[in-house]
Amino acid sequence: MDTLLLSRIQFGLTTSFHIIFPTLTIGLALFLVAVEFLWLRTRDELYYRMYRFWVKIFAIHFAVGVVTGIALAFQFGTNFAVFSQKVANIIAPMLAYESLTAFFLEAGFLGIMLFGWHRVPPALHFMSTCLVALGASLSAFWIMAANAWMQTPAGFELVDGTYMLTSWWAAIFNPAFPTHLGHMLLASYTTAAFAVTGISAYYLIKGREQAFFRRSLGLALGMAALAAPLQVLMGDLKGLSVAEHQPAKLAAMEAHWETNTDKGAPFIVFALPDNQNERNRFEVRIPNLLSLLVTRSMDGQLTGLKAFPKEERPNVPVTFWTFRIMVAIGFLFLGVMIWAAVLWWRRKLFDSPLFLKTLVAIQPLGFVATILGWLTAEIGRQPWVVYGLMRTSEGVSPIAAGNVVWSLLMFGLFFGVIGVAYFYYTIRTLEKGPDYETPIPPIQRMAGMRALNK
Amino acid sequence: MFLINLWVCLVGVVVILYVILDGFSLGVGILFPSAQNEKQRDVMMGSIGPVWDVNQTWIVFGAAGLFATFPMIYTVLFSALYVPLFTFLFGLIFRGVAFEFRANSPHKTAWNRAFFGGSIVAAFGQGVTLGAYVSGIKVQDGAFAGGAFDWLSPFSIMVGMALIAGYTLLGASYLIIKTTGEVQKRAYQQAWIAAWAVAAFMLIVSIWTPFSAPDIMARWWTEPRIYFVWLFPVLGAVGFALLLQSIRQQVERKPFIFTLVLFFSAYLGLQSGVYPYAVLPDITIFDAAAQPKTQMVMLIGALVVLPFVLGYTIYCYWVFRGKVTDDIIYH
Repeated sequence: MDTLLLSRIQFGLTTSFHIIFPTLTIGLALFLVAVEFLWLRTRDELYYRMYRFWVKIFAIHFAVGVVTGIALAFQFGTNFAVFSQKVANIIAPMLAYESLTAFFLEAGFLGIMLFGWHRVPPALHFMSTCLVALGASLSAFWIMAANAWMQTPAGFELVDGTYMLTSWWAAIFNPAFPTHLGHMLLASYTTAAFAVTGISAYYLIKGREQAFFRRSLGLALGMAALAAPLQVLMGDLKGLSVAEHQPAKLAAMEAHWETNTDKGAPFIVFALPDNQNERNRFEVRIPNLLSLLVTRSMDGQLTGLKAFPKEERPNVPVTFWTFRIMVAIGFLFLGVMIWAAVLWWRRKLFDSPLFLKTLVAIQPLGFVATILGWLTAEIGRQPWVVYGLMRTSEGVSPIAAGNVVWSLLMFGLFFGVIGVAYFYYTIRTLEKGPDYETPIPPIQRMAGMRALNK
Repeated sequence: MFLINLWVCLVGVVVILYVILDGFSLGVGILFPSAQNEKQRDVMMGSIGPVWDVNQTWIVFGAAGLFATFPMIYTVLFSALYVPLFTFLFGLIFRGVAFEFRANSPHKTAWNRAFFGGSIVAAFGQGVTLGAYVSGIKVQDGAFAGGAFDWLSPFSIMVGMALIAGYTLLGASYLIIKTTGEVQKRAYQQAWIAAWAVAAFMLIVSIWTPFSAPDIMARWWTEPRIYFVWLFPVLGAVGFALLLQSIRQQVERKPFIFTLVLFFSAYLGLQSGVYPYAVLPDITIFDAAAQPKTQMVMLIGALVVLPFVLGYTIYCYWVFRGKVTDDIIYH
């Protein structure tokens, strides 16, 4: 194997492992803001205990997210030095702004969030939580700007193969950016909300800590009720943006080989796309639906894969299936929320064992959908690293493949160890359950506080 | 021209800030095995618990900032120093997760080791990176053109060990400020030993550098450097003497301050020999700089945001001032 393929595998592995953690912390930070707000507002001790419980889960994910994130910041230089050199004028300031505006904010106030209970008054603690949440979402802003630029480059001119910045504003707010950012933030909020509901539902099924986890479940479901439907709408907008700016990627996502001329393009529900023979096997299709979705008309024309030279197409089966499963999870979440709404309407939200079991079962799917979405976005962009302009193969570092074999093995080994440990300690922390005993620090005790009612 | 020089200074400040801030955090990790029981380990970890993360962020900003303002340094260095940089990274990863995993773990011993191992490996990786950087890197057409093990030399290994000693000294003098009783008493002894080790390493590096990187030596003897470079060894010697004295007299804050003096003297001495080069021996900062517009965009961001960053970082340190107490240990 060569440096290029190994480097791509390494970047894919490290990014996929990394993204699990910020996806949860971006959303969970928002949840914690809501919990702490309710604590300050209602002065009900249960909210304080909820914060202290969920923040432990937050801290574990944050720590792993931070250290695995540095691995990404390094790899632009170590493995994709030529790409980095050529686009540095545009991408690098986005990454630097991310550290400057987001990472410092998160890391700085995280200390107060976790350890500051005895030392700062309630309002300042709440402000720290808000700033950590703001930092988390801001980091998504910059990372999505950088990635969106690779999908739909803007605000630059090419001078001797180097990308020179002409408009910082246009580079950040490139065509793919708004939907890119919206899609990722909603993915984080949805994933975190379903993670909390899944854990809470587990406790309710076991009959443990009813009051505590009913309230957690209710609050997280409220978050999911907002995010899940919005995510379906945002996904639709994202699809339109891809269709307009990255037609080959859209065709691969939909396994759409032939440009439809006289009738609408069908939506393919199931197929085994065949790169070699340029066709789909075992195809199950819904006539005209793809045209309807993308062009908003029954017979709108969509460019097929065959219109692009073979060496300018992404891997169709992979792009098709990662995209399909992601979409299926999105709709599953929407369906579960409709179910939840019906139960809530009948005031039976906590009484249906089947519903609670479903919540437990779908708990990890948000993470799965997020990773698959990233794979769709990144593999669908191939063979380009800067869409339509620079091939991934042109961006790799001039280093020996042995380097990457070594680091890839190390990453595989260490991520294995850390992944297992992370999983074990998260389960352990959850198993321990909430702590009602440790006294509330004097500085946090507010007038009119309502005592615990378990 | 002015913009590029301004950015050289700013990047220089970020690098030394990182070295000091994460240096003492890593140093505490290196000294970790000297703790006699879990309580003492809790105290040592608690001394950096609320701040290690923000300290470490300076390397993320350092790497991204370097990428943005001097992309060629970033791309050449990172591909040339692949192995030491990833070694450093793997160390950081284990050091970082050890905080949370240890706090939640019944297997504290395993994560105690990960914390120590991660810290010492990270320090060593950084030192080797520095040593290899000073020794020079083979560049052709603006890209790295050397072999996978060019970084490996007795000199770079020695600088790796020197940095371990340096961070141990920083960690010990930080622990003197943050702890009491036995841990503090031991930190005084550790600082004493580390101070001598650092002084020895600085002497060796100073003698060896001219052989390993003759260009640096040559530049030291040119005008206008010749008028001030001698200041740095003098500063270092004075700092060392005061450091020893303050450790012996057990004045809590002073060892840390004089350790900083030692670090500054070494750092400024090195920088004065490297300037105006970005990647030794051939690439200057002017070859390596990003386009002026990008540097300007970065400058505006840095000037607007960095004061806030420094402000709230100082605030966070202030919130957690004083000796380590139980509330910081258990969260």
